Amino acid sequence: MLANDSQLKRGIQAGLPIALGYFPIAIAFGALAGQAQLSWLEAVLMSCLVFAGASQFVGVSLLLAGTGYLQIIAATFFLNMRHLIMSLAVNDQMRGFPPAWKRGLSFFITDETFALLTLGEGENSPPRTAAFIAGLMITAYLGWVSGTLVGGLSAGFIPAQITTGMTVGLYGLFIGLLVPAAKKSRPFAVIAVLSMVINWGLGHWVESGWSVVLATVLAAGVGVLIIGGEE
Amino acid sequence: MKILLLILGMALVTYLPRLLPAIFLDRFQFPAWFQTWLKSIPYAALGALIFPGVLLVDKEQPLIGLLGGAAALGLSLLNLHITLVMAGSICTVLLFQYFFV
Repeated sequence: MLANDSQLKRGIQAGLPIALGYFPIAIAFGALAGQAQLSWLEAVLMSCLVFAGASQFVGVSLLLAGTGYLQIIAATFFLNMRHLIMSLAVNDQMRGFPPAWKRGLSFFITDETFALLTLGEGENSPPRTAAFIAGLMITAYLGWVSGTLVGGLSAGFIPAQITTGMTVGLYGLFIGLLVPAAKKSRPFAVIAVLSMVINWGLGHWVESGWSVVLATVLAAGVGVLIIGGEE
Repeated sequence: MKILLLILGMALVTYLPRLLPAIFLDRFQFPAWFQTWLKSIPYAALGALIFPGVLLVDKEQPLIGLLGGAAALGLSLLNLHITLVMAGSICTVLLFQYFFV
């Protein structure tokens, strides 16, 4: 087992791609928040306390549309139900950590930190120590918060096309994590493709926040049927 | 000032689903099928996060997102580092946006 210092360093390295992916999107968020009459300080505060990209974009967009606070909070809650499932998988890796650490680190669970912690390979999959996970999550967090600050202060100066083009970076992250992992196991590859199909199909009937949750739960359920309970 | 209430409310309902498993997961002994289900979650979640969302990268032109995703797929099949996969998909999208929009 490596010393805590180097575990922390490896966590920071593993978190860097996420932070780089967050940065331009957070700039776009900071700029949008400005349009919704949030000061740069309020935008940064939201990024610090909420730390959930999709929720923040939806929240600020609804604010722009004149939606009431309670409705915005309710929409945020439902949009984040997928984090409940992701947190199950991440906390499965944190069994045995002190309870306070688990509760603290769980705050930083996002689609991206979850993806890296569960599917990361090679240098991204050392033994799961609190130092590694903390380094990864704090790095991602700083990328999001600092991007919001830049976007809030420079609202309007950065062409929107560049930041929208860069949103594909996080899809690159997801694909770059999923493909090498799925290549090694046919059942898991089948589950991933099945989940895409279910999500696409359900997307015609329910809101995208729910279709992601349902597709994940259902496709993973089919995984149990394919693989069985022994693994 | 009122906006602080909204931020705090959003913070609360975002943290809650992240927190619950941290409190409850250790207290139960789960059957083997649940462990398999947990292990399948990352693959299922990533599949759903990628598609069809990637088509919405450029909301007017689904093809742009598709090309960015295809670039990422090609690069990740070569086992390149994740940062390069991300950079490749971003460059692809910026390039096509520059030429076609």
